[in-house]
Amino acid sequence: MNSRPTVQDPGNTAAPRFVLDRRKAVPALIGRHEDFLHIAGLAGTAYDLTALTKHGKHCYALGGAMGAACMMGLGLALARPDKRVLVTTGDGELLMSLGALATIGVMNPPNLSIICVDNGHYGETGNQETHTNRGVDLERIAQGAGIRLTHTVATEAQIAQGARILRVGKGTAFVLLRVNPNDNIEVKLNLDGAACREAFRTALLRES
Amino acid sequence: MDRKTDVGGARTWQDALYEQLRRNNVTQFAYVPDAGHSILIDRSLADPDVHAVVLTSEQEGVAMLAGADLAGARGVLLMQSSGTGNCINMLSLIKGSRFPFLTLITMRGEYGEGNPWQYPMGQAVEPVLKAMGVICVHIDRPEDVLPSINAAMTMAFQSGQAVAVLLGQKLIGAKKF
Repeated sequence: MNSRPTVQDPGNTAAPRFVLDRRKAVPALIGRHEDFLHIAGLAGTAYDLTALTKHGKHCYALGGAMGAACMMGLGLALARPDKRVLVTTGDGELLMSLGALATIGVMNPPNLSIICVDNGHYGETGNQETHTNRGVDLERIAQGAGIRLTHTVATEAQIAQGARILRVGKGTAFVLLRVNPNDNIEVKLNLDGAACREAFRTALLRES
Repeated sequence: MDRKTDVGGARTWQDALYEQLRRNNVTQFAYVPDAGHSILIDRSLADPDVHAVVLTSEQEGVAMLAGADLAGARGVLLMQSSGTGNCINMLSLIKGSRFPFLTLITMRGEYGEGNPWQYPMGQAVEPVLKAMGVICVHIDRPEDVLPSINAAMTMAFQSGQAVAVLLGQKLIGAKKF
């Protein structure tokens, strides 16, 4: 039998669950995207950041290698302590690489921030529910990994605090942004990873 | 390990290896703890000019070094042969985006191995790395370490290749069971 437990409301029972529209919430949370070097995880967040930065050369968006985003952000942040680095990844990708949170928690670079856009679904692969729809709370996992600056954004009123901690710069920050799984951005991705690498490096290494 | 118990001159070639990596501006050392790499790990932890990053799983290091490359920084992934299997899909990132990649792998499951559990992954290291586009350089003699690491750094950081330097059990010694 294919029965499974359903958790109606894990964590905070008062918190609304997946309601925000990512097309508005992601740009509102990030604010001035030019303030950061960006790593965007594959699928949903690659669309979010490609649209927000308009294919910006300060954004490296993954099209595969699921689980890479957070650790790419760590390598970049350690190499460039003079720049703020923002990783934007989805719940599915983060669940595949939870150990990266522990590694980042240990290093705790002050110029690294992570947004997990949590829609509770594997939106790219058939829309199956992820663990976050079944009781797993990624903010608490980030806290347990040693990341001290964390926040969950599930309502518009919580966006301002989330935006603030992305720029505190006193240790790695983690913001869990819960969004509706039905609001998706349509934009053409550049899936040529080598071209993205070259463009990102050329722009960054030329300016500095 | 002190010099009195330094079988095969491991401290000598590992210290020289670390210094050669540093002379070539390697500044990120990602590692999963391993006795065979202990000198490199300890020296990177003690070096204020590098980032020594302990990983929970080897694939994290593959992604981390790609991130470092985006900023023009050089790194190395230190792991044991068993860790190779944890990296396979993440190597898509390296091959697909043509990131340079350098890893030093201490071998198990080959020459003189006394634990049968080590053979499946140990024997699969070269075929699976080759399948993912990683060039393997196998070392069995201390005098080959420095020339091989120099060759590997040229291949990775000058020619943009993905390179694994395999430190064989003839070099590092087989663990006793």
